[in-house]
Amino acid sequence: MKYFLIILLFFSLSLKATTIHVGKKHEVKSVKKGIALAKDGDTLIVHGGLYKEGNIKIDKRIVFLGKGLPVLDGEKKHEVLSIHADSVVVDGFKIIRCAYATITDPCGIKVYNRSHVLIQNNVLDDNFFGIYLQNAQKCTIKNNTLKAYGKEEQQLGNGIHCWKSNDILIIANRIDGHRDGIYFEFVYDSLIWRNISTNNVRYGLHFMFSHSDTYITNIFRNNGAGVAVMYTKDVKMFNNTFDENWGASAYGLLLKDITDSYIFNNKFNSNTSAIYVEGSSRNKIEKNQFNANGWAMQIQASSMDNEVVNNNFIGNTFDMGTNGSLVLNTFDSNYWDKYEGYDLNKDEIGDVPYHPLSLFAVLIENNPSAMLLFRSFMITLLDKSEKVLPSITPDNFIDNKPQMKPLPLL
Amino acid sequence: MNRIVKIILSDILKNKIVLVYTLILAVLSWSSFGMEDNTAKGMLTILNVILFTVPLVSILFATIYIYNSSEFIELLVSQPIKRSKIWISLFISLSLSLIISFLIGSGIPLLINAPDFNGIMMLIIGVLITAIFVSLAFFSAIFNRDKARGIGTSIVIWLFFALIFDGLILFLLFQFSDYPIEKPMIFVTSLSPIDLARIQMLLHLDASAMMGYTGALFKEYFGNGIGIAVSLLLLFIWVIIPFVLSLKKFKTKDL
Repeated sequence: MKYFLIILLFFSLSLKATTIHVGKKHEVKSVKKGIALAKDGDTLIVHGGLYKEGNIKIDKRIVFLGKGLPVLDGEKKHEVLSIHADSVVVDGFKIIRCAYATITDPCGIKVYNRSHVLIQNNVLDDNFFGIYLQNAQKCTIKNNTLKAYGKEEQQLGNGIHCWKSNDILIIANRIDGHRDGIYFEFVYDSLIWRNISTNNVRYGLHFMFSHSDTYITNIFRNNGAGVAVMYTKDVKMFNNTFDENWGASAYGLLLKDITDSYIFNNKFNSNTSAIYVEGSSRNKIEKNQFNANGWAMQIQASSMDNEVVNNNFIGNTFDMGTNGSLVLNTFDSNYWDKYEGYDLNKDEIGDVPYHPLSLFAVLIENNPSAMLLFRSFMITLLDKSEKVLPSITPDNFIDNKPQMKPLPLL
Repeated sequence: MNRIVKIILSDILKNKIVLVYTLILAVLSWSSFGMEDNTAKGMLTILNVILFTVPLVSILFATIYIYNSSEFIELLVSQPIKRSKIWISLFISLSLSLIISFLIGSGIPLLINAPDFNGIMMLIIGVLITAIFVSLAFFSAIFNRDKARGIGTSIVIWLFFALIFDGLILFLLFQFSDYPIEKPMIFVTSLSPIDLARIQMLLHLDASAMMGYTGALFKEYFGNGIGIAVSLLLLFIWVIIPFVLSLKKFKTKDL
């Protein structure tokens, strides 16, 4: 009787977690049939090959594993993978050609109101939306590669799109050519780490109303309009790289209505406007590196109590730009390569304050066409005289402790 | 024509001022590449040299040389040589000598430190700017019999293109800031060779700032292959027109 029970237990356990193989050489030929056969807790292994099965709906708590990169083709007619169950794992698929529709937003992979879903090691190619989390909790999106090919904003969806979610981990994904690389709306307490977002038509990263999120070591390169973050508080951005976002309205990082945030140790290279700040307050921008940007920072007069501290400003055409004469932010202890002061007591802090706002920057803010005269002698002359005797530029827009040497930032 | 060019050229190249000019250009160029850690900044310094020093020296030296060689010109005129031939030879040899000193002074460091499209573009523009201001010198010298007035006119011409013209543009920009004046302004700017050269060079060098806002518009007009060709053509016209005007005057002038 005792042995019988053990044997029964053994069988029931093995029944509980079976592995179902799907593939040409296996008994189950179709993915949909495999899912229908599976029970909660089962593993479904899909072997390499092309599967054109329309919309595949996962409504059981299964591990959905691709072996040899099986291709799930939406044939431009269907959403490919819809997840309607908690704790689903999707691993190792190539998902291509999902449908295009502007009302339902079909995706490569979409999670509907679920938690603990893990989506990893997938390749998503030529989809409208890539991976979409709708009202999801505690999900992880890891090591995926997403690529889209549209030319215009309205033809494209976002790479990784999260709406009304929290505790999301987005790690080590590569997103290329979508509308927004990563898009967040009402997403809280999430971590975005080591992603590379390039060549997206609109923004590399775009979030709104997404409080308490952290962005670490991501690369945003060559996106149509850079990175835009709006209406959010308590954002942390560490060690990210913002590269080559340029164009008429491109920004390395656009901060609009961002409060109580901390931007630390990021690199801004060759952006039209590295950081554009509007209506933001109580932010600290510390130890960042600004190299070869058009404007290193444009702080609109609607911002207040921001601290710009210990940054390196090297080789930027304009260090600062602003649209008013009211200055409610501080700019102390930065290194400015255009600083021409001296340091008599050798404490590595310049003895005369630095005016990072040039007359020409103010002229351009009033009249952008004046860019015509950039680097002409007349402008150089005006700039020099303005530096000595500020009359048009606000005289309290200064760095009181300019560094003599660049700070050793990595 | 060749013999006259040869004679004048050898005379100018022996001139100490041209040697000093070459030396100054060389010192400025080498030091601007040596002191700046990246080539883009060195290029910008050289751009300033090209837009400031080169026009000034070219126009002043050429004007003074024309006045000083008035006796030599009179001598040549008495020979059975066409007047236009004399004037053209003088122009060719003067601009050639200044171009040679520019190429030796700035060209060598440019080609060594920036052997790319930008470097070559900079060289072409420098050569054209030299020729333009020599041509303007001919213009101011032929219309003023008095040497002092001629030199004065040359300085005013230089000052006009280097400083006053930009002031006028700034004035116009702010006067008409309520109107869409970007496109007309591009046309107006191309009326000054120094501005044209500056914008053309900046589109390639300091593109980051130029890209945004109005920059995109300039890029559209001057940045592509056709734009470059058009602006080089405009610069070339700047060489031709003042010289042709002076040539016309010289043909009929009572020396």
